[in-house]
Parts: sequence; C-alpha cells; structure tokens
Amino acid sequence: MPLSRLKNMKKTTKSNIITFGIVIVFYVIVEILSGAGLTSSSFEGQLVPICAYVVLAVSLNLTVGFLGELSLGHAGFMSAGAFSGVLVWTLLGQTLPTWLAVLLAFLVGGCVAGLFGFAIGIPVLRLSGDYLAIVTLAFGEIIKNVINACYLGYDSNGVHFSLKDAASMGLEADGTTLINGAMGITRIKTVSTFTIGIVLVVLALIVILNLINSRAGRAITAIRDNEIAAQSVGINLTKYKLMAFVTSAVFAGLAGVLYGLNYSSLVARRFDYNTSIQILVFVVLGGMGNIRGSIIAAALLTVLPEMLRGLDDYRMLIYAIVLIVMMIFNQSPQMIAWRKRIAERFKDVRKPGGKKKEVA
Amino acid sequence: MQFLSYLISGISLGSVYALIALGYTMVYGIAKMLNFAHGDIIMIGSYVIFFAFGSFGWNPLVAVLFSMVICTILGVLIERVAYRPLREAPSLAVLITAIGVSYLLQQVAQLLWTSNAKSFTSVVGLQKITLFDGQLIISGETIVTILVCIVIMVFLTLFVNHTVPGHAMLAVSEDRGAAQLMGVNVNATISLTFAIGSALAAVAGALLCSTYPSLSPTTGAMPGIKAFVAAVFGGIGSIPGAFIGGILLGIIENLSKAYISTQLSDAIVFAVLIVVLLVKPTGLLGKKVNVKV
Repeated sequence: MPLSRLKNMKKTTKSNIITFGIVIVFYVIVEILSGAGLTSSSFEGQLVPICAYVVLAVSLNLTVGFLGELSLGHAGFMSAGAFSGVLVWTLLGQTLPTWLAVLLAFLVGGCVAGLFGFAIGIPVLRLSGDYLAIVTLAFGEIIKNVINACYLGYDSNGVHFSLKDAASMGLEADGTTLINGAMGITRIKTVSTFTIGIVLVVLALIVILNLINSRAGRAITAIRDNEIAAQSVGINLTKYKLMAFVTSAVFAGLAGVLYGLNYSSLVARRFDYNTSIQILVFVVLGGMGNIRGSIIAAALLTVLPEMLRGLDDYRMLIYAIVLIVMMIFNQSPQMIAWRKRIAERFKDVRKPGGKKKEVA
Repeated sequence: MQFLSYLISGISLGSVYALIALGYTMVYGIAKMLNFAHGDIIMIGSYVIFFAFGSFGWNPLVAVLFSMVICTILGVLIERVAYRPLREAPSLAVLITAIGVSYLLQQVAQLLWTSNAKSFTSVVGLQKITLFDGQLIISGETIVTILVCIVIMVFLTLFVNHTVPGHAMLAVSEDRGAAQLMGVNVNATISLTFAIGSALAAVAGALLCSTYPSLSPTTGAMPGIKAFVAAVFGGIGSIPGAFIGGILLGIIENLSKAYISTQLSDAIVFAVLIVVLLVKPTGLLGKKVNVKV
C-alpha cells in the first residue's frame, strides 16, 4: 500500500522528498510555461543563475549551517571552478563532442575548487575560532587578484603564461589568448541550459542531503554543537570538518562552471566579496541548517531584484539589515526567551480554559 | 636609497595598520569577537574629517578630535545595539551580525555620499624632509603617522597595565565570569574597549586618508581586513603583537608592491596570513591557551 508506506516513512526521508519535489515541480512548471511562450525573456535569462545560486546557497549552508564555520570565500571557490571549467570548455569544446566537453568542464571545475578547499581547510580547520572566516575571505581576494593579473595563452610553441601583462607573455602572432588579465575570458560559447542547472541542483541535493543524514553528517553536526564533547566521543574533528568544507567547495566550483558557461565573457571581478556575502544572505534568510530554506531564499532573492528595479540602490542595505535582524531575532538568548513567552500566550488563548497551566 | 624610501613608507603604512589592528586585537581579546565593522568605522571617521576640515574649514586637530568623538559614539552604539544581545550566542551569529553591520555602514555611506571617490585634503601640515641631497624624501605624513602610532602605543600600554580600567580590561579578557564575580563591570569594560578601538580607528582614518587621499565608502574595508591579518600575525589579543604585526605587514606590502607586482601585493599580504596560520597559529607574540572543560 503506497499510502501506508508514506505514513511509515522516516521523517527525514519525507522531508527530502518534499525538497526534491519542489525542485522538480518548479522545473516542470517553468518548462511548460516557456513551452507555451508565457515567460518573459528576462525571466528566462535568470533561470541558470537561479540554479547556480541555489547550488551555492545549499553548499554554503553545509559549511555555515551544519559545520558551524563561516566561509566568506564562497565566491572564490566559485571563481576557481568557473575559470578552470570554462578553460577546459574553450580548449576541448571544438574537438570533443559537446556533452563530453561539458562534462569534463564540470569535473575539472569541481575538482579544482575542491583542491583549493582542501589546501585551505587543512591549516585552518585545525584551529578553533573565527580563523576560517578571515582565511576564506583572504582566499577569495587572492583568487580575484591572481586571476585579474593572470595572462594565459597558447601558440605553436606551447603554453605561455605571465602575471605582468599581455606583451610579456611572448605570444606569437597566430597565438590564442585564453585569459586576458582583468578582461578575463572572452568569446565563450555559452552552453549552460536550465536543464543542466536543474540536474546540478538535484545532484547537489542528493549528495548534500545524504551526507547530512549519514553517520558523517551526524558527526559534523555534533562538532557544530559541541566541539569538545564531539572530540571526547572519538570523532575525528579535522576529518569531518574537511569533509564538509571540501564538499561545500566542490559544489561552489560546479556552480561556478554552470555560471561561467552561461555568459560569453568571464571576469574575476564578478566573484568578489559582495558575491560571497550575497550567498551568505541566502543561507541566513533561508535558515541556517535548513536546506529547503536555502533553495527558496536563493531563488526568490535572485528573481526579486529583477522585478523590483526601483529598489536596486537599497538592495544591499536591505541585505545588511536582514543579516543583523535575523541574527538577533534567531540567536539572542533574550529574544529566544521572549519568543517562547509570546508563543505560550498564543497557546493559552487558543486553548479553552484560559491561562491555566497544565500539570504534566 | 630607493630601498630605504620604500622601507620608510612601508613603516608608515604599517603604523596605520598597527593602529587599526589595536582596535581589532583589543576587541577580540576582551569581547572574544571579530569586529568586522571596525574597518568601516575608519571610513565613517574619515568622512567626518573630510567634511569638518575639507568643507567647513575647521582646524585639522579639532576635526580629528571631533571625528574621534563621533567614532567613539558610533562604536559604543554598535556594540550596544548589535553585539550585546548576542553576547551569549554562538560565535557564528556574532560574526554574521558584525558582517551585517560592516555592510550596513558601507551602504549607508554610499547612499549619503555616493560611491564616487572624494579627494581628501591631508590634515598634516608638516613639510617634507629631504635627506642625502634629495635622494631620500620623507613626507610630513609619514613622519606624523609613525610618531602618532608610537605615542599611542606607549600610552595604551601604560593605560592597560597601570590604571584601574586597564586592569579591568585585562581581567575581562582573562576570564569574563571571574571578573564579574570580583566586581568588575563587564558591560562597561566592553563598552570602554569599543570606545578606545573606535577612537583609534578615527585617528587611523585621518592618517590613512592623508597618505592615500582617496575616500570612498569602501576605503576602510581593505585596510580593515589587512589590519586583522596584522593582528593575527602579531598574535591576536596582544597589544605589542598588533604593533609589530602591523609594521611588518606594512613593510611586506610596500616591498612586494615595489619589487614583485602592484597587482599581486594584496595576494601576497593574504598569503602571509595563511603561512602564519600554518607555521605558528598563535602569531608572533600570542600565547597558547589550553581549553579547559
């Protein structure tokens, strides 16, 4: 009996099915609407960025919400993934079949971002405190600066590389410039589609939801709740912290590839500190430790600014206020106590018999 | 000779970092939080001086003092409204709030004064010094910056080690609960820390913008982050550490700008942070603290 099976299902499984359901229903509705020609072109242009931001928000939620560490360099991982993935695509796009080249681009982008995550995570995650926040911030800036100063090209003599300017690369006249410093990568053949985006979102959800609900995921949340207690029951802190952080970085890289392959040009400036903060706002607004919330917040906050053009000047201001108010409202001990009192009063009103407290 | 000139301007930049890092390191030591908004208080302070001195033509010293007062009020207000409710909350919540405050200040500044850079008039009236037949030129700003930084360092060290409020600060940074039991007013001490840090930020802003005269809402962000790197470099929580870390970082940044690459100097500064954390996570002068359960 399918109905009774649904009733007996574990709570997490049910919740996961709802999450996947939301994504798939969204996909089907958008496909039907665009098939019928009912969507505006500006909305269609937003579809791939929505998917990219959803993946970014979900993956950042793994670090912030479940591991309890703050990463301010999510845009840096996105940038590392985007540039490496797009490079693979521009190099192999002509020779290999499209699907294979795109797949390779995603693989390479994800791996590169993951490697960076690993390299940063090892020194930093051994320390307790707020070091990860500042180091990931630093990493984001390093990536941005290095790619901005990076010139890469190839000709018949092989690959040329310079950190100074285009001339010192020593490229022959028939050579091809791949990365042109602050101009980044130009003339990219765009291949990202909404379907690829949704596939990536579903993949991210499968991996991250499974990780959270596994033994490793319980270890990760145990570390978040009490590091010393977790360590004393034999949880390997560095291992599980790294596991969460690197997974998060890999998906940021994959989202970066998706994002990069959606535009004809790619510059490092686009992945700056502000982008990292924007992703953090998605996570905080959707609820730290709530994957479904991240999805909805990322999708809504990507679409809304397009619709509310007049508020563009105030958008970042509103983000800032959202961060402060959400934190004080959700985390301050006094506010939590106050909310409990309010909730109890409402319960009392609803129950017949007024304010009498039940004796347990 | 050219090397010496780069070195001296590096020390000058480092002095500014040291002043900012003092604010970070004191707040971190006493309130155990990373005040991301510290860099943006510098920016607000610089705008105050810009209008008071540049537009209204006040005496530069009065303008700087006025900016110190405004920044002190702002710093204490931010602590009271945004950080104090979260004092018992997880550190992640405080960190995110601090980022929110930093962003808020930047955005308010952008709405009030637009994102266009304003050209800041130097508050230093000292003539430049020419040495070795014009081979070495030291600007007045450089001299004043280094001197001001040294004077403030000395006074701050004396204040912390030899006055009652200073001892209260040390006690709170050592053990907040025990300090409270001994009759130290923890809230007042934390407010005092924010007040001192913010006043120093105003001074740092004046000196920073006098040397690099371009003022925009994001002016404070990068020096703020670099000053935090300096604080970690020197050992977070340690006042002499902030000084040494700041100076060293300023020298590293200026020399790499001169001899390696202008574009990559920021990347090199941040790479220093990662190397420090790898080799000596407690910084140059930091103490290793054992966590007791």
